[in-house]
Amino acid sequence: MSEQVALKLTAKDFKSDQEVRWCPGCGDYAILAAVQQFMPELNIPRENIVFVSGIGCSSRFPYYMNTYGMHSIHGRAPAIATGLSVSRPDLSVWVVTGDGDALSIGGNHLIHSLRRNVNLKILLFNNRIYGLTKGQYSPTSEVGKITKSTPVGSADAPFNPLSLALGAEATFVGRTIDSDRKHLQSVLRAAAEHEGSAFVEIYQNCNIFNDGAFDQLKEPGTRDDFLIRLEHGQPITFGSDGQFCVVHPPGGFGLEVRETASVRPEEIVVHDATVADPAYAFALSRLPGLDLRNTPIGVFRSVRRPSYDSAVQEQVATAKAAVTETPEQQLAGLLGSGDTWTIL
Amino acid sequence: MTKQIRQLDRVVIRFAGDSGDGMQLTGDRFTSETAQLGNDISTLPNFPAEIRAPAGTLPGVSSFQVHFADYDILTPGDAPNVLVAMNPAALKANLADLPRGADIIVNTDEFTKRNLAKVGYTVSPLEDDSLAGYLVHPVALTSMTVGALAEQAVSKKDAERAKNMFALGLLSWMYSRPYESTLRFLERKFAARPELVAANVAAFRAGWNFGETTENFSVRYEVKPAKMQPGTYRNITGNAALSLGLVAAGVRSGLPVFLGAYPITPASDILHELSKHKRFGVITMQAEDEIAAVGAALGASYGGSLGVTTTSGPGVALKSETISLAVALELPLVIVDVQRAGPSTGMPTKTEQADLNLALHGRHGEAPVAVIAPKSPSDCFHAALEAARIALTYRTPVILLSDNYVANGSEPWLLPDVESLPDLRVEFATAPNGEDGTTFLPYLRDPETLARPWAIPGTPGLEHRIGGLEKADKTGDISYDPANHDFMVRTRAARIETIPVPDVEVEDPDGDARVLVLGWGSTYGPIGAACRGLRQRGLSIAQAHLRHLSPMPANLGEVLRSYDRVVIPEMNLGQLAQVIRGRYLVDAISYNQVRGLPFTAAELETTLEEVLKNV
Repeated sequence: MSEQVALKLTAKDFKSDQEVRWCPGCGDYAILAAVQQFMPELNIPRENIVFVSGIGCSSRFPYYMNTYGMHSIHGRAPAIATGLSVSRPDLSVWVVTGDGDALSIGGNHLIHSLRRNVNLKILLFNNRIYGLTKGQYSPTSEVGKITKSTPVGSADAPFNPLSLALGAEATFVGRTIDSDRKHLQSVLRAAAEHEGSAFVEIYQNCNIFNDGAFDQLKEPGTRDDFLIRLEHGQPITFGSDGQFCVVHPPGGFGLEVRETASVRPEEIVVHDATVADPAYAFALSRLPGLDLRNTPIGVFRSVRRPSYDSAVQEQVATAKAAVTETPEQQLAGLLGSGDTWTIL
Repeated sequence: MTKQIRQLDRVVIRFAGDSGDGMQLTGDRFTSETAQLGNDISTLPNFPAEIRAPAGTLPGVSSFQVHFADYDILTPGDAPNVLVAMNPAALKANLADLPRGADIIVNTDEFTKRNLAKVGYTVSPLEDDSLAGYLVHPVALTSMTVGALAEQAVSKKDAERAKNMFALGLLSWMYSRPYESTLRFLERKFAARPELVAANVAAFRAGWNFGETTENFSVRYEVKPAKMQPGTYRNITGNAALSLGLVAAGVRSGLPVFLGAYPITPASDILHELSKHKRFGVITMQAEDEIAAVGAALGASYGGSLGVTTTSGPGVALKSETISLAVALELPLVIVDVQRAGPSTGMPTKTEQADLNLALHGRHGEAPVAVIAPKSPSDCFHAALEAARIALTYRTPVILLSDNYVANGSEPWLLPDVESLPDLRVEFATAPNGEDGTTFLPYLRDPETLARPWAIPGTPGLEHRIGGLEKADKTGDISYDPANHDFMVRTRAARIETIPVPDVEVEDPDGDARVLVLGWGSTYGPIGAACRGLRQRGLSIAQAHLRHLSPMPANLGEVLRSYDRVVIPEMNLGQLAQVIRGRYLVDAISYNQVRGLPFTAAELETTLEEVLKNV
């Protein structure tokens, strides 16, 4: 689909008439504003954009977008969006989900939409807590998390959403943060341009039940030393003075963080999101520790693989191309195929 | 030698053997030959869930029963006149169903000490007098097949495997069947291996010639063609007919059909069949699970396709939440439940009608849907079209309750004229419908159908949001208003309850029946055959059959109340009877059987006769 004419839409065009009902101070507001401001860039008519969500705080998102939208049921948004996207390749389909929705009840649909490479842009708002049900631990909560359902601490090991997506061979994987609008929009831009599934984890603050979960990545005092801003084609260095870097130690399987001064410049890994082997992006996804140190944000992986949608549509188009009859004639032929007999 | 030719009006043959003996194929071919001759037919395959159960054991027995006649018949027959038993297990598993005097053709080569021991025979039944009441034809099927293929370029194993074609040849001779279609079939089936075509054709001919020359078979039978309505016919199973019905629904609506499905017995054949019809624009998606299958179908419906999902009972249970969402979204969706014996995995290759409660009530909240059930294999075609018509016209999920008996059974199908099929075209919303001329109200209903507009993504100016949260009337905005919820719940119920469905018809040729037998779904054939039997003996009985289970026909209450007694036979523990009692306060007699097999006409006849005596 190519829209040659500039549509001249603005953020306002993407605001619906519904009152936004997240808690005051919720990180979802910032994400909504960033998405609404970014949407005009796509230059896609609003009627060709659909937001599909599951259940949870983040899943109220479609109500606030003046596009087509469906607020569906818990965990099933990727499945529903798959049926829509495959049957309607002319649409731009976005899935909005959360850590509970996508990784717990809907884990199966998430991994299968990624492996199929369905043409969906999946935004996972990760606040590491169940907010809508008022504060139970989620599949991304840290071990030992004290919540209403785990008064002496959670015994569950958490998922690393990006590692999971990469394990499912997602073709596009990125991470960003609710409070950094510019960065958020840059990742959305890359995701929107990607053909196939684009999986974007957005660290999002729940100021009611898990306030400050990502503060180290946001506070001026810590963020530069904690965040690794991935840029395609650039050596991976970070820190307030660029004092840290990422290297691939010989003999090791993964990547490690070193002091820049301690390594030769050519030892520093140059970020390449297009590496075919998901092992590289996987190694990047394993860098952060529990304290959020060494958290990469940006596009981890962006590789080309035919989307499920295009493969399915191509099979149908090929079959249809051979047809010379009207549908009714075809149907009559199909009904009368095989061994028939006639009674006069 | 010249053989005596005897005319029969009807015959029931059961082919039985090991799962690997090719009995389904043999039965299928015999059926096709019989169809070519113009007999009326009804078939009943019966096979284990295991792909290859241990060879020669009772659980491994697979059978195919075919009933054919020179008049119209309703069932695959209660008791076989002829049993073809390919091994001792097949004989033992089926003997109890045979009436005295039936023909038994046995493959003597398989009656070895070891095979006899596997099924608990200490003495071969061919050597004691346990089969004295039957007409036993011992035939060395395997060795004669191997002998006949001695000159063929096939291995001994392949030659042995052709023994089912020897049996088919023999039976085809015995019942004077035209066999050209079988020869053509073998050419197609083994197109890649010409030596197997030659071997199987030779085996078939050897079986035919054996019948003609041996003194073992002194009589040859003929069953004249049945008087059937003029037209072109094909033999069809319920699953095949249902698949074609869905393709036809796509053509007649002009919408792409989207099937989301997860493999499950006995529904998978519908997925297989529909995946062949991409040239009709049909998209099939084998989903990661039952929930994704229905979710994808609903997503496709939202986008303007005819969304369909096919499954069996366990799958419907998993889809339940999404079906409720479809009720709330008021979008078209067809859910096909090919019922099997439950609960849980139950008996996956056996039939049952025990998902009626699930279809009618198995959802959270007040979530009414339309439910319809086909009455025979060929009726699955029309039932699928009807399900699509209701789904598209009234924007609702429709559950189509097939079952293993109609899904895998077959009968002749009078091919319909495509132009005579219902027109299912729909109109998508294209313009704002608010009074101000600019607002779009996604829940403003058509006063006649109570359906809301189907505004698909891509339509400019109608951008709107829908979801599972309760919606305000007309605007569709989220609403927690008590009065609105009460109104919406009642409206969703009313829009199903007011779908116009045809009146139920009563068959009472004598006009003076005091007892009505009411059925639904696949019991139509056995109930009809039982009623015929009673009438032939001068007894009066009325039969009515429900195709629409939700909503029910408007005249049903009146019909029920006009008889002294109502009997409801079901392959469950009385699920329809409970609904009828609850809705119509009619003291119906519930007659139930859950053996994984269809009713026999004889047992129903006996039961109904008892009721007639006590009126």
